[in-house]
Amino acid sequence: MITLDTLPQGPRATSSLSFRAVPLAHPGKQLRVLDAVDTSGGPTNSGQFELDLASCGWPRLKPDRLEIVQINLGKLCNMTCRHCHVDAGPDRVDENMDRTTVEACLRAIDSSGARVVDLTGGAPELNPNFEFLVEECVQRGLRVLDRCNLTILLTRPYSHLPEWFAERGVEVVCSLPHYRKIGTDAQRGDGTYHKSIQALKRLNQAGYGQGDPHRKLVLVANPVGAFLSGNQSSLEAEWKTALARNHNVRFDQLLTLNNLPMSRYLEWLMETNQVKLYLNRLLQAFNPSTIAGLMCRNTLSISWDGYLYDCDFNQQLEMTMDIPRPHVTDFDLGIWQDHAIRTARHCYGCTAGAGSSCGGAIA
Amino acid sequence: MDHYYDRSHLPRFGEIAEGNQELADAFFSYYNKVFEEGALTAREKALIALAVANTVQCPYCIDTYTTACLETGSDLEQMTEAVHVATAIRGGAALVHGVQMLDQVKRLTM
Repeated sequence: MITLDTLPQGPRATSSLSFRAVPLAHPGKQLRVLDAVDTSGGPTNSGQFELDLASCGWPRLKPDRLEIVQINLGKLCNMTCRHCHVDAGPDRVDENMDRTTVEACLRAIDSSGARVVDLTGGAPELNPNFEFLVEECVQRGLRVLDRCNLTILLTRPYSHLPEWFAERGVEVVCSLPHYRKIGTDAQRGDGTYHKSIQALKRLNQAGYGQGDPHRKLVLVANPVGAFLSGNQSSLEAEWKTALARNHNVRFDQLLTLNNLPMSRYLEWLMETNQVKLYLNRLLQAFNPSTIAGLMCRNTLSISWDGYLYDCDFNQQLEMTMDIPRPHVTDFDLGIWQDHAIRTARHCYGCTAGAGSSCGGAIA
Repeated sequence: MDHYYDRSHLPRFGEIAEGNQELADAFFSYYNKVFEEGALTAREKALIALAVANTVQCPYCIDTYTTACLETGSDLEQMTEAVHVATAIRGGAALVHGVQMLDQVKRLTM
């Protein structure tokens, strides 16, 4: 277990739902809030994701080919961002993957055929087994992604990571909601923008963001509010120009993601009386051409305690994979291939507009 | 209706086709084409639209292009500057007419 006093202090926008022990901390409550919304829009106007998929020729959402194993190493984070779908924070010290589960993940990866390992959290770097897991994956010749909050790279126990990543070709996928300060600090806490720019400069110094495929620096932007994300390729060009001009910072790729109405983002929607508005916005922007590329079709999501899910969002909503033994110790590729993907209303976040996935826009 | 400007009119905009489908189709087709990515980005066009919306003081357009600006990646500071550009032009347009006033004053007074 990691204790609080070993944690580096980071910017905070709020505290976790779990720490505050509010009803919304429970996934069941979140799903009930969404189900209670009087919806309008979508292909069937029913507000039922399964019916909307069926009307678009997808009567049963099934996996395609397993390409990515996404491991959520735990809910511990040095930050407490306003929109976090994991409800991560410095107080989430109990939910962190142990070595036994990490080793079970490696066995599952070996039998999965997946070539990409996507590490997320919380701040995955805070897990004591993080470097061991990265090293093992790199030795297997896998493409390794670290979903990094940037500020962690400025803290002493982790300040070696830019060079450490560079030596191993780890792809660094960093959260930054906007290339300017105002939105970044509103979502992620005062002072985050300044620290994020410093961390990006450190990554640039380590060789990241210069077009080298072995030192790839990706930025991920979530909207700072109740609206959809913008055009990914158009924004990437603008961000590159602006970050280079304002800070001499370079990066390789921008991913734009929608916020899914759950956890702390849902709390904010409820506080500002925008749950219905946002859910209907997602429904009205339902785009059938996103379905084939949904990440649940090519990703296996594993939680800190080894349970299996169709995506990290289902994981946080505790919707385990619809198979008899959804645990990493029992992973079987054949069973994964044939199972039906579980969905609910939060899934409208992934099918809205240009679509949304951990790999950015879909359509 | 006991007041001007009704929020529900915006989502009903398409009903304007009831009186003339052909002109409505032509207008909406043109409108959508205008806002596509082109020599200007969708973000730049949304900022221009926001400034014009404030200039023509259309509440429907202000709501629509505030959201459009956010969705295309502008932030509050950038949008506020766009509104100030509109304000400067609008104010300047009033003030520059003052030269006409000035000439008239000079003509009419000793």
